[in-house]
Amino acid sequence: MTPEQIAHLRRAKDLVDRSYADPLDVVALAGHAHMSPAHFARRFKEAFGESPHQYVLTRRVERAQELLRNTDATVTDVCFEVGFQSLGSFSSAFRRVTGSTPTAYRATAIGLPPTIPGCWAALWTRPVGRGAGMEKPGASGRG
Amino acid sequence: MKIITVALRVLDQDRALRFYTESLGFTVTEDIDLGEMRWLTVTPPGQPDFNVLLERVGPPFVDEDSAKHLDELVAKGFGGTLFLEVEDIRATFDALVDKGVEVVQEPMERFYGIDAAIRDDSGNQLRIMQPADTGIPWPEGSMGAERAQAAAS
Repeated sequence: MTPEQIAHLRRAKDLVDRSYADPLDVVALAGHAHMSPAHFARRFKEAFGESPHQYVLTRRVERAQELLRNTDATVTDVCFEVGFQSLGSFSSAFRRVTGSTPTAYRATAIGLPPTIPGCWAALWTRPVGRGAGMEKPGASGRG
Repeated sequence: MKIITVALRVLDQDRALRFYTESLGFTVTEDIDLGEMRWLTVTPPGQPDFNVLLERVGPPFVDEDSAKHLDELVAKGFGGTLFLEVEDIRATFDALVDKGVEVVQEPMERFYGIDAAIRDDSGNQLRIMQPADTGIPWPEGSMGAERAQAAAS
């Protein structure tokens, strides 16, 4: 891919990072990247290691982790706050990405103060998938 | 000892020059044709002894294949990051948006201040921060305003 083509993908990825709580589907993201949905999905995975859909879910889970860690919002509130439409889809995405449930995650994370700027914490602590359902268990290389 | 210059890989030096001077308000310190490379440095308005080298290197310094990989990483957004500090993040951010820059993150309140993020024309990230103690009032109802109020009472 040329840097120009990659830049289109990056802009779609930045849109997910920015607007993760909005309803985002592959068609809308592909439009943002000026590509057909199928072409976009393939290229995005090639560039960033996961499908656009998976990337949206991972981003939402990562934001949910932050809220569970640093606020006292209920799991239900966190679920809708980060853009999930149901507790079921939130729990299953959360488990797939972190290997834990939201409640269990909060219990282990409580009392851990933010020691580095949130923006870098978000990059460094961005979850990498493990367990069933992820295409590349333990894949890393982001941030 | 001090740092005088850091290198930032860019995809196109002319375009980067326009971005850093016209959009960001940096000035050019050196623009020298060294034959095998163009030494192009810019300096931010508030720090005249610190330079950013807008670097564009390929063979013979970097082999062609590696240079291509580096360009791809920069385009993906995994190149360099600059952390900038400003007095008034909202004014700075709005002015940058008016100039059409790519936004990564709108201004957000953090425990250390308010920060936002944009990209340069190559894809490098610029994180822009207004630290918590510049004297610019926090927005009403924000965590910062509450903390300032608590500290004052």
